[in-house]
Amino acid sequence: MSAVIIYTAVAIAQFMLVVAMAIAAVRMFRGPRAQDRIIGLDTIYINAMLLLVTFGIGTGRMIYFEAASVIGLLGFVSTVALAKFLMRGEVIE
Amino acid sequence: MIYPASDLSLPIALAVAFFLLLGAALALIGAIGFLRLPTFYERLHAPALGTSWGIGGIMLASMIYFTAASSSLVVHEILIGTFVTFTTPITFMLLARAALHRDRTARSHGVPRKYPIGPEERPRKDDDPQAS
Repeated sequence: MSAVIIYTAVAIAQFMLVVAMAIAAVRMFRGPRAQDRIIGLDTIYINAMLLLVTFGIGTGRMIYFEAASVIGLLGFVSTVALAKFLMRGEVIE
Repeated sequence: MIYPASDLSLPIALAVAFFLLLGAALALIGAIGFLRLPTFYERLHAPALGTSWGIGGIMLASMIYFTAASSSLVVHEILIGTFVTFTTPITFMLLARAALHRDRTARSHGVPRKYPIGPEERPRKDDDPQAS
């Protein structure tokens, strides 16, 4: 019974997160200016991280946590670099 | 090491399912708001829904699940939670400043204006109801 509840919740949560990623991808391709595309990318990586943690709950393994933390770290660095590039026109001065 | 879900008791499974669905639904609502809001400065607010309680709900569900399934305290999800909570305001503030800079140099409409602009446009102290 508890396994059925958890697997159903994981399936619904994964569906919601995939739809959220698709919506953010629509805004990333349509976005009128560059800053909209960067926030779309930011939303996509946050949702991918959540999807990996949800997948880890569904399979019952803790390995996916490390992958999620790597996605979080690299996504933060890339978003900061892109914002710096928009601000200055170059990343490292 | 695999921790199967069938070992859990029913209240713990319900709590895990509740927090999972809460986090995923908030992430989805944030993405929909990000698609539908009209201007960039309004769109900036919507994904923060997913990065605050979206992250919080799913990390809480993961902590409850692995603590109950492995019958020992597992709290390393707090690491990702605090990291994202600290870094999201930094990225959004940097992006908002970059967008303001770009909009001001492009002189487009609807940009939040900067004080002080000039002596005649500056809000005076006797007009301001906050300053007594």
